[in-house]
Amino acid sequence: MAVVAAVVLAACGGSSPSALDPKGPAAARIADVWWLMLALAAAVYVAVAVLILMASRRRAEGQDRRLPLGEHTFIWVGGIAVPTIILVVLAVVTVSSTAELTRAEDNPLRIEVEGFKWWWEVRYPEADIVTANEVHVPVGRPVEVELTTADVIHSFWVPELAGKADMVPGQRNVLRVTANEPGEYRGQCAEYCGLQHARMAFLIIADPPQVFDDWVERHQAPPPEPPPGPAADGERIFESSSCAGCHAVRGTSAVGESGPDLSDFGSRRTLGAVTVENNRDNLGVWIADAQAFKPGNLMPPISLEPDELEALIDYLESRR
Amino acid sequence: MAIVEERPVEEEEVEHELHEVWEDAPGIPGFFATVDHKRIGMRYIYTAFIFFFIAGLQALFIRAQLTVPDAEVVGPEAYNQLFTMHGTTMIFLFNTPVLAGFGNYLLPLQLGTRDMAFPRLNAFSYWVFVLAGIFMYTSYLVGAPPDGGWFAYLPLTDKVNSPGLNLDFWGLGVIFVGISTTVGAINFIVTTFKLRAPGMSINRLPIFVWSILAMAFMVIFAVPAVTLAAALLESDRLFGTAFFDTARGGSSLLYQHLFWFWGHPEVYILFVPAVGMISMMIPVFSRRALSGYVWAAGSLVAIAFISFGVWVHHMFATGLPALAMSFFSAASLVIAIPSGVLFFVWIATMWQGRVRWTTPMLFSFGFLLIFLLGGLTGVMVSIMPFDWQAHDSYFVVAHFHYVLNGAVVFPIFGALYFWLPKMTGRMLSERMGKLSFWMMFVGFNLAFFPMHVLGLFGMPRRVYTYARGLGWETLNVVVTVGSFLFALGTLLTLVAWVQSRTRGAPAGDNPWDADSLEWAVASPTPHYNFRAIPVVNSRHPLWDQEPLPEASSGDEEATRSLGTPGALDRATPITTGLDAAAEETMAIPRETYLPFLLALGLAVFFTGLLVEALVVGVAGVAVATLGLLWWAWRTEADLV
Repeated sequence: MAVVAAVVLAACGGSSPSALDPKGPAAARIADVWWLMLALAAAVYVAVAVLILMASRRRAEGQDRRLPLGEHTFIWVGGIAVPTIILVVLAVVTVSSTAELTRAEDNPLRIEVEGFKWWWEVRYPEADIVTANEVHVPVGRPVEVELTTADVIHSFWVPELAGKADMVPGQRNVLRVTANEPGEYRGQCAEYCGLQHARMAFLIIADPPQVFDDWVERHQAPPPEPPPGPAADGERIFESSSCAGCHAVRGTSAVGESGPDLSDFGSRRTLGAVTVENNRDNLGVWIADAQAFKPGNLMPPISLEPDELEALIDYLESRR
Repeated sequence: MAIVEERPVEEEEVEHELHEVWEDAPGIPGFFATVDHKRIGMRYIYTAFIFFFIAGLQALFIRAQLTVPDAEVVGPEAYNQLFTMHGTTMIFLFNTPVLAGFGNYLLPLQLGTRDMAFPRLNAFSYWVFVLAGIFMYTSYLVGAPPDGGWFAYLPLTDKVNSPGLNLDFWGLGVIFVGISTTVGAINFIVTTFKLRAPGMSINRLPIFVWSILAMAFMVIFAVPAVTLAAALLESDRLFGTAFFDTARGGSSLLYQHLFWFWGHPEVYILFVPAVGMISMMIPVFSRRALSGYVWAAGSLVAIAFISFGVWVHHMFATGLPALAMSFFSAASLVIAIPSGVLFFVWIATMWQGRVRWTTPMLFSFGFLLIFLLGGLTGVMVSIMPFDWQAHDSYFVVAHFHYVLNGAVVFPIFGALYFWLPKMTGRMLSERMGKLSFWMMFVGFNLAFFPMHVLGLFGMPRRVYTYARGLGWETLNVVVTVGSFLFALGTLLTLVAWVQSRTRGAPAGDNPWDADSLEWAVASPTPHYNFRAIPVVNSRHPLWDQEPLPEASSGDEEATRSLGTPGALDRATPITTGLDAAAEETMAIPRETYLPFLLALGLAVFFTGLLVEALVVGVAGVAVATLGLLWWAWRTEADLV
């Protein structure tokens, strides 16, 4: 079984958000625990399976059927002594790795993530930035993600970086995450949260500190005026139509709270919490009928004239 | 037997008279009124298997939807209903009742008595089970099947997030079916302690009886927690209370604590009787007594105790204090030890015996290899940091199918081949059985082993679909192929059962040369079980006591029912709790509609709550109360 597992792992682990391909210290620590457990489990499995096969093999009449050690000692050693030794080792591993994973780091970056059905609001309280479904972090700096929920229980899980933590009503759970190298790490809701639990993913985007600082600065600067032309029309459409009832865009009169903040929408990589790629075509479909990609989400179909739709897309893609 | 004996005329008369005394009324009246533990036991098994195939079909739909990314076999709504009902059905309507069915049929026979301690209560618990199952499945007819997961966490399942009837079917159904389980457990405990054949002291109980006893005690302490959880959930939903509403001072985590305080022992409630079955079959097919009987019985009891100290390992990611969780992590590790002991008991038994490769033995063998893996992954997920990765991923789906499917369903299938001949009088085909086993075994491992890897690769549970390019495609195809192969394997056993009804070889009293008392009687078992109660002075009466001595009736109350006169009297002896010395005589009630009536009243009551119709609810309570009063008054009632 262990061999099979190793082959399978080698064969198709590459593109997965895999817990066994850690990109941060927390996930790396857990992966170490896993490999130790796997080695122990494989040894136990093989040993016991061999005993089972030996015990059940055909033997001729009169062949010796005495147990090694005698019955009592055999059961005692195999059933109690050996498992106890292994379990003590594992208990020590549990305690030490738990302590390590829950230890607070100095000078962490605090990020608040709030779960909604079925997307994530991401806030940087110190920098006063609000975004959605993408968590930008600087490489190498410990991050404390504070997890809350606006509705039901969700769970924040980025296998390549750390274990998961639930978002529980009335609670503020903290998950400690550090990214060792730049990259885009896929996260997903791990607690069943209703109809579109499957399409509630997010990205952690780890950038070198300088790039991250630029990102912060850009988000703190006054929002760019939409270029004159269709995009400027798009802003008026956004503010005057039903969009503004649910969505907010920094520096405009749109301050809706039930949908994701769209202030930096143009820079986002995906739509609908990593449901589809963020491009003009998909956005057009999404605005006209968001239910097509993600049935059950809160956004109603928006009917606009074709030129209005184009203008709105221009405007949204200009928010960066 | 080769010698044909001319039966004296008296014998025939006795036989005829016994028939008169014990047989149910024919046709529909007898069907609804029977209190015979054998009819009820078989009915439990057959009904549970209907639910098994329904849940299997649901699983195949789930797999069809997940075979490729972005599939559209079923939509998200139907998918969420499918996995909710698959889990709910397997736990509440298949595993629990099918084991109750075997317990019901076998317990009085293995103990050497003529029925359960409370035969009418026994009928009642069956009717409650089947009505609760129908109640839950009515949700499909009105287009509102439960969709909150089999665990129904709040606040997803409150009135705001789940406004339909869906969750009410689930919540009320769970309360309803819990009555059946609890009542059944009480019956098992009392039967075990008070109705054993003279001489069957507590250290001579068949290991299956130990497992049923341990299971029954777990039920008594665990089920109230889930009943409470579901009742408070329904109270929040129907009456607007706020037990689990954090905004109004309740706690959604409280629900999780209550649910898992039952939910984890429940795993062992299912597993322990399955272990009991395995521990009966392995010795028979090793031609040797179970090695380390005391070790095995002690392990079952230990599991029952420790199972109450592990529930928080389902909540490692909820943000409870790490120190508190460490204790539960430790307890979850410790529970591996009694399981380890059981393994070495089985190995020692086979080692010192000579294995016969019959179908039940094959299933036992499959169980050993599968449960070994499921047990090891169980140790892994009890390690908190690893669980933070594995929790709610496909790794956990793999783990619990290795234990709940592999280590419970495989023993149950083995038990079918082992004990159905006793129940129907016909053997099942060994050829079909072996084919069925190999398809199930290969299909099972193809279906569930890759799920471990999928989980480690980041695939979460309970997703109706997944995106392309995440490295999950190949394995999901393998899983689906395996699941269909497994399903075909189970169908072969169904075929074997159908075949056996017409073409099966007659089983005879003891086709497997087994040691426990159920094999002392004819197959199918006569209505009265034992004309004269056997006298036991060994743990393996049929191996050590040849011929099996039978007690005869005395003049005193304690011994009156031991012999044939007791059977003619519809009575059975009550014996002392530890040593099983004859103590008293118990009358076995005749058929009655009262259990059915009472269960029906409860069904009406729950329906009233469901549709929030006071009149219906009151009517249900009225019917149930009437049934109860009647029951209390007419203790010696004939067919009502």
